[in-house]
Amino acid sequence: MSDTQTFLDTLKTRSQQRGAEPTWIAARRQAGAARFEALGFPTRRDEEWKYTDVRAIAQGNFALADDANFSPAQAATVTLPIVGYRLTFVDGVFAPALSDLDALPQSVHVLPLSKALSENHEAVGGPLGRLTGVDFSSFAALNTAFMEEGAVVRIAPGTVVDKPIVLQFLSKASSTPVMSHPRILVEAGARSEATLIEHYCGDQDAANFTNVVGEFMLDRGAIFNHYKLQEAPLNDMHIASMHVEQSRDSRYTSYNLNLGGALVRNDLISDLNGEGAETHFYGLFFGQGRQHVDNHTKVNHNAPLTFSNENYKGILDDRAHGVFNGKVYVKRDSQKIEGFQSNQNLLLSDRAQIDAKPELEIYADDVKCSHGTTTGQLDEEAIYALRTRGIDEATARGLLTLAFAGEVLDKVALDEIAERVELAVAGKLPERFNLAGLVETAVALND
Amino acid sequence: MLQVTDLHVTVEDKEILKGLTLTINAGEVHAIMGPNGAGKSTLSAVIAGKDGYEVTQGSITFEGKDVLEMEIEERAQAGLLLGFQYPVEIPGVKNIYLLKSALNAQRKARGLEDMPAPEFMKLVKEKLGFMKMDASFLQRAVNEGFSGGEKKRNEILQMLVLQPKLAMLDEIDSGLDIDAMKVVADGVNSLRAEERAILLVTHYQRLLDYIVPDKVHVLVDGRIVKTGDAELAKQLEANGYEGIEESAA
Repeated sequence: MSDTQTFLDTLKTRSQQRGAEPTWIAARRQAGAARFEALGFPTRRDEEWKYTDVRAIAQGNFALADDANFSPAQAATVTLPIVGYRLTFVDGVFAPALSDLDALPQSVHVLPLSKALSENHEAVGGPLGRLTGVDFSSFAALNTAFMEEGAVVRIAPGTVVDKPIVLQFLSKASSTPVMSHPRILVEAGARSEATLIEHYCGDQDAANFTNVVGEFMLDRGAIFNHYKLQEAPLNDMHIASMHVEQSRDSRYTSYNLNLGGALVRNDLISDLNGEGAETHFYGLFFGQGRQHVDNHTKVNHNAPLTFSNENYKGILDDRAHGVFNGKVYVKRDSQKIEGFQSNQNLLLSDRAQIDAKPELEIYADDVKCSHGTTTGQLDEEAIYALRTRGIDEATARGLLTLAFAGEVLDKVALDEIAERVELAVAGKLPERFNLAGLVETAVALND
Repeated sequence: MLQVTDLHVTVEDKEILKGLTLTINAGEVHAIMGPNGAGKSTLSAVIAGKDGYEVTQGSITFEGKDVLEMEIEERAQAGLLLGFQYPVEIPGVKNIYLLKSALNAQRKARGLEDMPAPEFMKLVKEKLGFMKMDASFLQRAVNEGFSGGEKKRNEILQMLVLQPKLAMLDEIDSGLDIDAMKVVADGVNSLRAEERAILLVTHYQRLLDYIVPDKVHVLVDGRIVKTGDAELAKQLEANGYEGIEESAA
């Protein structure tokens, strides 16, 4: 039996259990299944998957979870200490008890996909699947075939959402690994402003497979901040296909922070379709043990006067393997665009590995673009210099590692998230978060 | 305070120090002078614990403790601090962070609580003023983009904040113009105290016009060949090292 067939069989069983669905959903599901069947899982012969082997997924036998039992006490240990509108999913199943949409303004819809589908909610019918399209990738197709749960967010024009929308995905340890295919659908209305946090976490020893697809549509002038914090379990497998569509004058910012997972692959695409649209990609990936973390990004400058800025940093320890592939594409006659891309990697061990590939493809003649990638190690001279001031070696290494990550972490406006990442990459360092105040005090004293 | 006895050190199988003996007591300022290649920088590097220096014979004790058995950071925490000839740039690590981490590491090692923030800032502000440095230094990454003079002042600033028991200053005057040297010298002189010792390593006598040492040692070919007072430095300036080398031979 082929790898693909195992998944198709699971799909068939699920469809029979599920019963009748509206025709349009069934049709999309079928299209997804057909596409997945035709493509099969990618192999390393595919250019886009040259450095990432997905056999651990393809040859796995994953069940689908049926319940969302996760002890609230356990969940509390991993939940981000951020006040927000929260939807929680356990192995892909919606967990109302761990969710909180209290006081959600009327101009904002945040609802689980299952609810949106069963109600045939107007927020899903049109846009669902629009960006992933017909020629979508194998994993996006698989997601479409299985999609049942996830989050639908619709923000009315002009609305400034007062608190972050938090989507928490918990992975639970069990004897049978499970898979989930969450779907995130966001429509940000004209001139709206919102922050969305995807947070992947769970039991330390879980080993499940998450295959998430996100579609983000930003109308004119919308401002959308998108955090993705992906933490332990270290044995989870995680594939994410994120597609952003930006209208005129919209601003999208992605903070993609990868800390967990045995096998992680992120595809992030932004289509800059209207003049004045700008996109910022900040990424930090930290791999240890035998983790494999692959980030593929693409910015499509489809319109003139668009702007993109990308800064990805990788820190790899032990035998971890990182991949960065960033592409900036400038469509014919998209003049006066600016596209900047930088990737820097830090190898903390001799056996860590990085494959970095920045790409530029330009079909316009009046553009400003740059890209570059560097890879290095911690500066032993600097470690020595810090130690001669009484700072122990672990702290010195942490300090320098954090300094490396700083360019990205400093952009993270949410301290709770920056702190989590700092702790993971640099260990507990003294007082980082009081420094800004200290310097102000110093300046004031000097006046 | 510091006792170096019959110290032999090799670097890449070449013997640099060949039986150096030196005693520094609390309250004293010592200067070690000598021609290039005599082993001046080797001595301070070995005391600070830099890699690549092999002690084949002899001992170094600091307040009775075996320095060679201590980790680099333990030496600093115990109060042995080295000011570098070529201070290292540490991109991304702010000066304020270095000062705070270093001071609190030292306090922790001595069983003290972290210094409260207002007290710490008051201390740093006072020392900054003394070194004629602007508060913006605190926000800049350690030595990154600093001029030579700024780097040296920054070394002394660290000394003033950390208040070592023994401050070792390796060629602290190199590359300084006269105004910067006065500021640096004032900083060093402010460290002079009964409970503290200072060890200056220098090639030129010029610095010693501003920081007058109690004892001057002449280091030639890995050994101290002559010890005297501040007058000795002046003689060296006038006559060079050659006469000393001959008389030692």
